[in-house]
Amino acid sequence: MVDVPAIELIGIDKRFGLVHANKAIDLRVGKGSIHGIIGENGAGKSTLMSILYGFYQADSGEIRVDGKPIHIRDSQAAIAAGIGMVHQHFMLVENFTVLENIMLGAEGGALLRGGVSRVRSELKRLEETYGLEVEPDAVIEELPVGLQQRVEILKALYRGAEILILDEPTGVLTPAEADHLFRILAQLRDQGKTVIFITHKLREIMAVTDTVSVMRRGEMVATVKTAETSVEELAELMVGRRVLLRVEKGPSAPGDVLLSVRNLTVKDNRGVVMVDNVSFDVRAGEITGIAGVAGNGQSELLEAIAGIRKPVSGEIFVNGQSLAKADPAYLREIGLAHIPEDRHHMGLVLPFEEYENAALGYHRDPVYGKGPFLDLDAMRDDAKAKIEKYDIRPPDCRLKTANFSGGNQQKIVCAREIERDPKVLIIGQPTRGVDIGAIEFIHKRIIDMRDSGKAVLLVSVELDEIRALADRVLVMFAGHVVGETVPNADEKTLGLMMAGIAA
Amino acid sequence: MDGFDIFVSILGSTIRLSIPLIFTALAGLFSERAGVFDIGLEGKMLAAAFASACVAYLTGSALAGLGAGIVVSILLSLVHGFASITSRGNQIVSGVALNFVAAGLTIVLGQAWFGQGGRTPTLPTTARFQPITLPGADTLHDVPILGPFYANVISGHNLLTYLAFLAVPACAWVLYRTRFGLRLRAVGENPGAVDTAGISVTWLRYRAVIVAGFLCGFSGTYLAIAQSAAFIQNMSAGKGYIALAALIFAKWKPVPVLFACLLFGFLDAMANFMQGKAIPGIGEVPVQIFQALPYVLTCILLAGFIGVARPPKAGGVAYTKER
Repeated sequence: MVDVPAIELIGIDKRFGLVHANKAIDLRVGKGSIHGIIGENGAGKSTLMSILYGFYQADSGEIRVDGKPIHIRDSQAAIAAGIGMVHQHFMLVENFTVLENIMLGAEGGALLRGGVSRVRSELKRLEETYGLEVEPDAVIEELPVGLQQRVEILKALYRGAEILILDEPTGVLTPAEADHLFRILAQLRDQGKTVIFITHKLREIMAVTDTVSVMRRGEMVATVKTAETSVEELAELMVGRRVLLRVEKGPSAPGDVLLSVRNLTVKDNRGVVMVDNVSFDVRAGEITGIAGVAGNGQSELLEAIAGIRKPVSGEIFVNGQSLAKADPAYLREIGLAHIPEDRHHMGLVLPFEEYENAALGYHRDPVYGKGPFLDLDAMRDDAKAKIEKYDIRPPDCRLKTANFSGGNQQKIVCAREIERDPKVLIIGQPTRGVDIGAIEFIHKRIIDMRDSGKAVLLVSVELDEIRALADRVLVMFAGHVVGETVPNADEKTLGLMMAGIAA
Repeated sequence: MDGFDIFVSILGSTIRLSIPLIFTALAGLFSERAGVFDIGLEGKMLAAAFASACVAYLTGSALAGLGAGIVVSILLSLVHGFASITSRGNQIVSGVALNFVAAGLTIVLGQAWFGQGGRTPTLPTTARFQPITLPGADTLHDVPILGPFYANVISGHNLLTYLAFLAVPACAWVLYRTRFGLRLRAVGENPGAVDTAGISVTWLRYRAVIVAGFLCGFSGTYLAIAQSAAFIQNMSAGKGYIALAALIFAKWKPVPVLFACLLFGFLDAMANFMQGKAIPGIGEVPVQIFQALPYVLTCILLAGFIGVARPPKAGGVAYTKER
C-alpha cells in the first residue's frame, strides 16, 4: 500500500529580515494521525504553521496536500485545500454568537438568511458525529475558554477541514479542559481527520500524539513515533543538550515563620468571595506550594499578600509585622518580593527597554538615582549584570522588552525580584509560557532562595511544578485551603483534593 | 399661536434639523463599526455641501448637485481610508486634517470661483430640493389635531428627508441581514477573525469608508441645497461632531441612532424657538444655554446614564498581521 501523507512539506524556508525562522524544513504528516510538533518558544513552529495556513508565504519550498503540490496564497486557499487552524489566541468575534462566528467567511450568499439554517443543521450533525456540543445562540464572551476553543474547532470543521492545526491549544485551558480536548482530538483522528498539534509541553505530546517532530532554532531536528520515545529524549532534542527534568534539591531546613496569613477573606472585582477564611504559615528555608485548578482563589490570595488587593477581613504578617495598611512599595522595603502570575499584565511594561524593566518598582532606590533624576548608567550596568547572571538572551539591555521570548521575559522579572535578596518571595505561575531551558534555570533559582533561608510561597496550576519544588503542599478549592499534603503524595489523592472531593 | 400649533411647529423643525445628523451618524456608524474612527465626518459634510451647491448652481439640477456632493465626499473618504487603512496612520489625525482641509478649501475655492466672500450664489428654487406635499395634506388641513400634524410634521418635507428616514431601516438591514454587514461588524471587533476566515481586511474597510462617504454626501447636500439655497462658509457648524456624539449615545446601533439624532434635533429646535422668549418665573434665558444643551446632554449621558458605551473593539487600530 502506498501511503500518501496528508501533508508534505519539502524544503520550506522563511526569513524575517535577519531572523531565519524556518531553515529548509521537511515534514510528512500521515493521514488520520495526530502529529505533534514540539519545540521551545521561538523555534519556528508557529511560523511554519502560518505558512501552511497561508498567513505568510514561504521564501522557497513546496507544500503538498494529499500528494498534490499546491500553492497556498492566503487563508482562503488553505481553507479550500481542507486545512483548518485553531489559533493560540482565538480568532473569534467576542460579541457575536457562536452561529455568527461559524458563518463568518462562509456565509453562502450575499444575504444571511439561507446560511443561518444551514449552519444550524450542520452544527447539529457535527455535534452528533464528534460530540462537540455547543449552544449556537450563545454569545462567545459569555462562554468559558474551553467552549470558545470548541467553537474554533467547529469553525474549521464547518469549512470542511480534513487537516486541523492546533497552535498551543492548552495554554488557556484547565487540566480537565485539556484532557477533554485530547479526547476530542482522538475522536477526530478515529473519524479519519488529520491533526497537527503544536506545543512546548512534553506531557501533552506524550498524552495525545502518534508521531512527534521536534524543532530547534528554525530547524526540524527529528521525527519519531511517540510510542518509541521518552520525555527525556524529546527534551534533549528540543534544547540541544541534556536537561534535568527533575530538580535536584536537598531536604529543607525550616526556620522561623516569616509569612503568616490569618483568617484571610478576599473578594474579586465582581464582589465574589474568592478567598474564604484562609490561614497558613510559610517558614524560612521552606517552599510552600499552593496547588489547585486555576480560578479557585489563588490569584486573589497572591494579590492580597502582595498588597495589590485589599482583603475584606483577616490579617497578614511578614516577619511578625502586620500588613494592615501596606502597599507594594512598603512591602518591597520590608523584604517581600513578588513575581506576579502574569508578567505581561503586572510584571513588565512591554514597550520599555530591558534595563527599565530590570529596575521597575525599585527605581526609587538611591542606587539608580542622582537626586531627582535617574542614573541611567547605573541602571544599565545593573541590568547588564543581571543579564549575565541570568543568561538573558539576547544580552542587550537596550532592547524593547516585548522582543524577548517568554522565558527571557520571565527571567527579567525573576532577576529583578530575586536579586533584591528579599526575606519572603511570593511567586505565581513561575514558568507559564516559558521554555524548558528557562524552566530549569528558574526552578534552580527558587531552590537557591530556599536554601539561603528565605521563605517562598509558590502558587502554580502545574501540578508537576508544585511536586518538584514544594516542601509542603496546600491545596486550594473554591476559596478554601482544603488540605495539606506532602509533595510526593500520589497524583490521585492530589487530584481528588483539587476537585474538592476529599480533604 | 396656541400650544398645539407651537408643538407641531417645533416637531416639524426637529425633523428638519435632525436630517443631516441622521445621514452623518449613519455614515459614522459604517466607518466605526468597521474599525475606522471617523472624526472627519464634519469635513466630508462641508465639502459635500460646497460641491452640491456649486454643481447645482452650474447645472440648475438638484440631483446633479447631490451626485457631486456624494462624489466629493467619497473622495475625501478614500483619502482617509488611504491614510488610515493602507498607510496605517493615526485615524484621528487624518480625520482632523480632513476637517481643516474642507473648512479652508471650500472658502478659498468659493471666493476664487464666485467672488462672494466664500459663499456660492443663491440658487433658484428649481435647483433645490423642494418640499413635497403629500397627497391629502391640503384637504386634511382643517381636521383638528391630525390635520396640522400631517401637514407640518409628516408632509411638506423634501426628498432627502424621506430618504433619511428610509436610510435607517436600510442600514439596519445591511448591517444585520447581509454578508457584508456581518463581515463589517466582525472586522471592527476582531480583524484577525476576518483575516483568518480568508477575507481581505483592507478591502472590507475600504468599502465601509466608501459607504460612509456616500451617506455624508447626502447630509452635506441637504445642508446646502435643501435646507438652504447656497453654500455658506462653515455651514456644517459642528454637526459632524454632534452626529458623532449621537452615534456614541446610540451605542453604534442604527435604530437608536435615529432617536438620538431626533433628540439632538429637538434640542436644537427648542433652542431656536426659545430665542428671545421669557420662561415664566425665570425670565429671558440667553439662547446660548439652549444651544449648549445638546453638548451638556451628551456629557451627562455618556458619563453614566446610558451604561457603558462599548465601542467596536478594534476601532482606531490599523490591522497588521501579527509576527
